Amino acid sequence: MADLTTDFIGIKSPNPFWLASAPPTDKEYNVRRAFEAGWGGVVWKTLGAEGPPVVNVNGPRYGAIYGADRRLMGLNNIELITDRPLETNLEEMARVKADYPDRALIASIMVPCDEASWKAILPRVMETGADGIELNFGCPHGMAERGMGSAVGQVPEYIEMVTRWCKQYYDRPVIVKLTPNITDIRGPAQAAKNGGADAVSLINTINSITSVDLDLFAPEPTIDGKGTHGGYCGPAVKPIALNMVAEIARDPNTHGLPISGIGGVTTWRDAAEFMVMGAGNVQVCTAAMTYGFKIVEEMKRGLSQWMDEKGYTSTSEFIGKGVPNVTDWQYLNLNYVTKARISQDDCIKCGRCFAACEDTSHQAIWMHEDRTFEVNDAECVACNLCVDVCPVENCITMEELAPGVVDPRTGREVSAEPGNWTQHPNNPSAQAAE
Amino acid sequence: MNSPRTPGLAASRLDTTTLVDNFSDLHAPLDPHEAAVAADRCYFCHDAPCVTACPTDIDIPLFIRQISTGQPEASARTILEQNILGGMCARVCPTETLCEEACVRMTAEHKPVEIGRLQRYATDAVMRANSHPFTRAAETGKTVAVVGAGPAGLACAHRLAMHGHTVSLFDAKPKPGGLNEYGIAAYKSTEDFAAREVDWLMQIGGITLHTGRKLGEDFTLNELQTDFDAVFLGIGLGAVNALTCDGNDKGGVADAVSFIEDLRQAADLSKLTIGRDVVVIGGGMTAVDAAVQAKLLGAENVTISYRRTQAEMPASRYEQDLATAKGVRILSETMPKAIHGNGTATEIELEYTTSENGKLKGTGETLRLRADQVFRAIGQTFAAFDGPDLDHGKIAVTGAGRTSAKGVWAGGDCTKGEDLTVVAVADGRDAAEDIHATLMGTAQ
Ligand SMILES: Cc1cc2nc3c(=O)[nH]c(=O)nc-3n(C[C@H](O)[C@H](O)[C@H](O)COP(=O)(O)OP(=O)(O)OC[C@H]3O[C@@H](n4cnc5c(N)ncnc54)[C@H](O)[C@@H]3O)c2cc1C
Ligand SMILES: Cc1cc2nc3c(=O)[nH]c(=O)nc-3n(C[C@H](O)[C@H](O)[C@H](O)COP(=O)(O)O)c2cc1C
Ligand code: SF4
Repeated sequence: MADLTTDFIGIKSPNPFWLASAPPTDKEYNVRRAFEAGWGGVVWKTLGAEGPPVVNVNGPRYGAIYGADRRLMGLNNIELITDRPLETNLEEMARVKADYPDRALIASIMVPCDEASWKAILPRVMETGADGIELNFGCPHGMAERGMGSAVGQVPEYIEMVTRWCKQYYDRPVIVKLTPNITDIRGPAQAAKNGGADAVSLINTINSITSVDLDLFAPEPTIDGKGTHGGYCGPAVKPIALNMVAEIARDPNTHGLPISGIGGVTTWRDAAEFMVMGAGNVQVCTAAMTYGFKIVEEMKRGLSQWMDEKGYTSTSEFIGKGVPNVTDWQYLNLNYVTKARISQDDCIKCGRCFAACEDTSHQAIWMHEDRTFEVNDAECVACNLCVDVCPVENCITMEELAPGVVDPRTGREVSAEPGNWTQHPNNPSAQAAE
Repeated sequence: MNSPRTPGLAASRLDTTTLVDNFSDLHAPLDPHEAAVAADRCYFCHDAPCVTACPTDIDIPLFIRQISTGQPEASARTILEQNILGGMCARVCPTETLCEEACVRMTAEHKPVEIGRLQRYATDAVMRANSHPFTRAAETGKTVAVVGAGPAGLACAHRLAMHGHTVSLFDAKPKPGGLNEYGIAAYKSTEDFAAREVDWLMQIGGITLHTGRKLGEDFTLNELQTDFDAVFLGIGLGAVNALTCDGNDKGGVADAVSFIEDLRQAADLSKLTIGRDVVVIGGGMTAVDAAVQAKLLGAENVTISYRRTQAEMPASRYEQDLATAKGVRILSETMPKAIHGNGTATEIELEYTTSENGKLKGTGETLRLRADQVFRAIGQTFAAFDGPDLDHGKIAVTGAGRTSAKGVWAGGDCTKGEDLTVVAVADGRDAAEDIHATLMGTAQ
């Protein structure tokens, strides 16, 4: 069994699986059970300023997108930060941390965007013994209307300013949690870095309306006939989150800034993918809310098994390993030519590849009289759609054409030399290859 | 109360609860969640093989997708547009040799999409709401006589009425439905479904049902040809093949179809007598149905004696497995030699068979089984009458059911083709379209 111990910005945890700041980490009872179940760390449900806590709606606060058999694919919520008194949370955090010194315990904080508010809360958090703080600049609903959460995360200057205050009044690691509700994630990441952040974590939830009640003519979840946009999370958001993590990891200005990957992590594989794309650890919310704390066991065993298979003894050996392979479109090798191949032995003759290619792609699949399907290399552009719609795994594969072979579609020989758009004759601003 | 071991013919071999349970739905209806999961397995194939395999060409991927998207009633309309008896077909079609056999999931994993049960889920929604999704076109003033209110006649009458023609539907029996009412196994058509479906179908309007009216006795084909603009014959197979073996006339020997008809019409199954040792002669769907239902009524030993190998049985493998699962013994390569007993049957003597150059003959070796009841299920035949030309003993047709007699169409079991409910429906529907085109002068 590979060793899953992870050191993230100096915070050690027995595994890279942390629970993200959310209902699973809302109170002592949950967090103790999470630690008993084996989670490596938790980011406590976001704390607000001293005084009367926020209130939540008393109607439904989630919307859902389902796959087959009601598999939860995406979840949307309109919940606010903790609705329990600050004092209660701080006492509980201190007790839990004392009892679980080997686990990471991070305090998530969201207070008004003024120096006094931050200055007031930071020493209180310090006293709990928490390993660090996470600045919630991400909640896209409710709190944002009050000038907090994503309202801060959408203004890089505010991010930098608040981060700076925190680094000034708090001497443990500061993680800045980013909102995906922006046009380019690199701006906020850069601002966090400029403010002195030790790490960024992302993504928070995505502004969304999951569905509309067609009898009430109102978005869901519906509160007394009305709804509001909520934050989207769960498996459906993973691709968006992965890209944002990779963007920060590969940008020269933010490269090396530690990242805690969040968004749709449901299995060990998701976690491995985030880490390969540059995340030092991952945080999980929806998967735990869907299946309970026990899923961490599959994640731990799975990641460990995969590391054994790859010969890794520490997570640091593969963190960021895929980042050099994320590039711009313009640098992709246009001389790499593949063709779809349909295995007649595996084909079950559903004809979906045919419908897809014929109706919506390049008319490159023949449907023969005997209901067999064959790729016409002279038309196949290698788009891969047939592979994606085929219900049988590995029935359709993409075969690489060897250099020297003539591509029947273009009539040109496949070149052994790579060639990309920056060098392509059709590109008006192409530079000739040296 | 009697028991399975009570000798001779006896009623109430099982208690009422067991009887009710035995004759409840063979396949329980899907609940909405089960239907959603089952529907999700459909790949929405291009030019789907299941549609080709369905004699009525129901757009199966489309109706399944409509279930997926939460509209079973719209889904039912898709089914009923092609097959007005889609509800019955969902229950009785041997899907394992039709649509489900063609399902690409059979190739993939030997587990087809449950098309039959999904079809039932959709059509049940319409039946439950008792809503009829079709409306009748303006009256054309044309009249059509449809003889036989089985699946073929009903499908034909409905389609004709929909097109605005006025239909007189005649049937010799006291109730409409044909074999849906009198022949289909009880556990396939529960809760009087056949009768409810006919009532529902008649909501289209324009059809007048005349039961107890027999062609050849109460009226002639000539009279119909004179009185109506067109005639459709969907009169099924009125006769059964005779069994030629000694003792065939003893008490306790009967036609399987009569036994099933009595069972289907019985108000109280505990009043129905059944033997302790039952032997069914034959190898088709009727033989299986008779044997299984005899067992479900409480017979102790039920044996199907089939003259060829089990692989050659006309009943599908699925039906055979159903029979054996219910405790029926299938004795293949045996044929009846004599039925023994003093007035009533007590034993049957079977002879083993072998096939030489495709010709079946006895081996001389025999065996005897106790048998207080013997059912003949060796096939039904067309009861010929003075009417249109025949072909291989059935009414000869060309195209969409055109017979040699002027203005007379035919379809269903009384014409060539597989004897299945769904085939009868397709025949009736297609003949109706051809009659419509002919009457309106648009036929090619
Ligand atoms: C026991 C049994 C079980 C079966 N099980 C299945 C099954 O599970 N699945 C399946 O698909 N198929 C099954 N079949 C076959 C199926 O029932 C028939 O293929 C189907 O009913 C044929 O329909 P039809 O309209 O042609 O004839 P029928 O259903 O036989 O209807 C003919 C109608 O015409 C009437 N009629 C006959 N002569 C006259 C006359 N001279 N004047 C007026 N009316 C007349 C009859 O009373 C009857 O109502 C089974 C058949 C039997 C016998
Ligand atoms: C392969 C592909 C190519 C697309 N190309 C374009 C494009 O060129 N211009 C555009 O405006 N949208 C493009 N789109 C986006 C679609 O128009 C559409 O907005 C998007 O797929 C979301 O809709 P859908 O998920 O319901 O299909 C493309 C989508 C796909 C899948
Ligand atoms: S890869 Fe694209 S173009 Fe080629 S056969 Fe498949 S769907 Fe058609």
